[in-house]
Amino acid sequence: MRRVTTAVVLFAAAALALVLAGVAASSKPSAKAPAGGAKASATTLTVWVGWSARELKEFNKVVAEYDKKNTDVDVKVVGSINDDKIVASLRAGQTADVISSFTSGNVGVFCKRGAWVDLKPYLEQDKVDLNQFPASTRYYTEYKGYRCALPLLADAYGFYYNKKLFRAAGLKGPPKTLQQLTAYAKKLTKKKANGSLDVVGFNPTFGFYQNTVGTYQPLVGAKYFDGEGKSALGKDAKWQTLLKWQKSLIDWYGHAKLVKWQAGAGDEFSASHAFERGKLAMLMDGEWRVAFIAAEHPELQYGTAAMPVAGTGKYGAGYINGTIIGIPERGKNRDEAWKLVKYLTTNDHALATFSNGIRNVPSTRTSARSKELKPDKNFAVFTKIFTNPNSGTIPITALGAAHLDTFQSFLAKWQSGKVSDLAGGLKKVDEQIDAKMKRAGGGPP
Amino acid sequence: VISESAAGAVTAAPAAARARHRAKRRATWRRRGTVLLFLSPWIVGFSVFFGYPLVMSAYLSFTSYDLISSPRWVGLGNYRYLFGEDPEIWNAVRNTLWLVAVLVPLQVLFAFGVATMLARARTGVGFFRTVFYLPALVPPVAATLGFVYILNPATGPVNTILDKLGIEGPLWFNDPAWSKPSLTLLGIWGIGNTMVIFLAAILDVPRHLAESAELDGAGPFRRMRWVTLPTISPVILFSVVIGVIAAMQYFTQAFVAAAVAAGQASQAGSVSTLEQGYPEGSTQFYPILLYYNGFRFFQMGYASAMAMLMLVVALSLTLLIISQSRRWVHYQGAAR
Repeated sequence: MRRVTTAVVLFAAAALALVLAGVAASSKPSAKAPAGGAKASATTLTVWVGWSARELKEFNKVVAEYDKKNTDVDVKVVGSINDDKIVASLRAGQTADVISSFTSGNVGVFCKRGAWVDLKPYLEQDKVDLNQFPASTRYYTEYKGYRCALPLLADAYGFYYNKKLFRAAGLKGPPKTLQQLTAYAKKLTKKKANGSLDVVGFNPTFGFYQNTVGTYQPLVGAKYFDGEGKSALGKDAKWQTLLKWQKSLIDWYGHAKLVKWQAGAGDEFSASHAFERGKLAMLMDGEWRVAFIAAEHPELQYGTAAMPVAGTGKYGAGYINGTIIGIPERGKNRDEAWKLVKYLTTNDHALATFSNGIRNVPSTRTSARSKELKPDKNFAVFTKIFTNPNSGTIPITALGAAHLDTFQSFLAKWQSGKVSDLAGGLKKVDEQIDAKMKRAGGGPP
Repeated sequence: VISESAAGAVTAAPAAARARHRAKRRATWRRRGTVLLFLSPWIVGFSVFFGYPLVMSAYLSFTSYDLISSPRWVGLGNYRYLFGEDPEIWNAVRNTLWLVAVLVPLQVLFAFGVATMLARARTGVGFFRTVFYLPALVPPVAATLGFVYILNPATGPVNTILDKLGIEGPLWFNDPAWSKPSLTLLGIWGIGNTMVIFLAAILDVPRHLAESAELDGAGPFRRMRWVTLPTISPVILFSVVIGVIAAMQYFTQAFVAAAVAAGQASQAGSVSTLEQGYPEGSTQFYPILLYYNGFRFFQMGYASAMAMLMLVVALSLTLLIISQSRRWVHYQGAAR
């Protein structure tokens, strides 16, 4: 009997603990601590950003200017915030007043669930012209008409080439078509005595540095989804054009040789980067590489251009993406938060200053022409790609980038030579993506 | 006629009994309170960190839950997708079973082999025990980074040496055929904890049994087969069960190795360029797929269904191993 009673007591205690745990999990966040610092009566605005180290310092400079001009707020910036933290905070309710994310592909998640507030009333109230943002940036900051974010600087992808290696190979100027790119790559490639690759002309392997489906899509202008929101990888022949070109160049090197070379190509965000060391003659990369080269290998003789395209692609265009910024639904000081978001995303001076600091592309048309921008021929190429009307980005879905991951898994097998039926394989990938989209309850807009 | 005092005694007796009973009950509750007080850290910890998550996972597995909005009941929808439609699940299951079938036995064998050698060592015993145990102290991420560096096909010391010997080394973590064997090497290298348990068990084998067997003419192999192995069989069972559970939860090493070997980083402003289970899905293990679904694709309901399945499979495998162990595990002093 005693054992039974003890068991009951223990059970009751465990149940109580469970209830307490449940209460703790569902409890609302406590009120924010009062603002400290110089502005005793000011509202504290907490801003979460993904930048860290040097880039965070540059962002802080921009915010400090705003802070100085606006005595009613005291802005606190928290860096190194990733999407895991953002989602966890949105769930728990312990969030900031303003949040920015590097993963614009997740805007479908933030907007669809109303986790970030609708900015439309604020935009209308302040008569903010959305057309000052190029179409692709407008696209990746909203989901199905719900605008929950604005772009804060952008990334444009273009072509880097080593001028010294070009001169040595007798090449003048960057290639403009994929066929030329292949010919140049073969000419610039150097092998060691044992047949392994020493200098690679151009590495088209998906997964290498910034080589992704997203960054390559503008080269052929292929479509991800059809008009009904179904995956169109198998239906749009342009994908096959791109993939066959890519595979033919990989086969010329030999897949295993290229993988081995790649393993020693050097870390992407360090001075050992293959292009910066002259081990890679041509590269697709974002505009930030200009700043990396200036800091790590200022002696490198290089040029930038738009990526070469297939006949179906439009030269001058490129892949666009960037940081997004919005106001979480559970944020406390929405009006003050909006004023800061508006300043950061539309003020030419703020955008130009920040762009100079971290060498990302200013995200409005006027700031892209700002006289405050530090002149740089190589960087200017990317501002042109950014404002090119044919530049594009990846489709925003309710699943984030799950559809691209499915495609990328297939491409890994394709480029290693394990797919014999490309058309059939792409059709199967379409089916898998459609099934995922159906489950998530939301495909592309 | 009952005297007054006798009547008082009659009425006082039940009252005294009740008082004794109350005192006894109070003592019992005090004892229970004390027990509960001492148990409370465990009860709270168990409830908060195991009971509550387990119950919530079971509930969420029947919902569509994106981590932000409220869970929506979908019945068996997640389980139907798990068993019938998910294109990635079977690759992840195959890879995980590979670990259970290859990595676990090799780890147990290697740990047993090293422990046997160390048990026989005559000199430098402390030194060798330390050397073989040390890898267990290295954090998994650091150990993985080290292995990816050592086995780098282009710049790593292993392939450089092989190259000098005229042998073309494999692509290790960069080759789908070699990625799991490379992780197995890493797993075998870090068997320090299992090795120590085996060593203790081997040293605990009664000397008189081995001596009797030797007098009966048994050689080293027979002594190992008929004396040592039966005696340490509970430890073997323990290592196998723990190894199987660990293999089914294998995450950190595979995740880090895939990312580092691929030489990839998160793509600024966009999606990650990271190929799941690089190379070619060969390191896509079940827990990694679970993580991707839950935290990258915001399908926590589905991830919970995956977690419940993993719990059921791990539990079933453990029960199967334990039930089969009756045939080969011998407990000293146990009635047969």
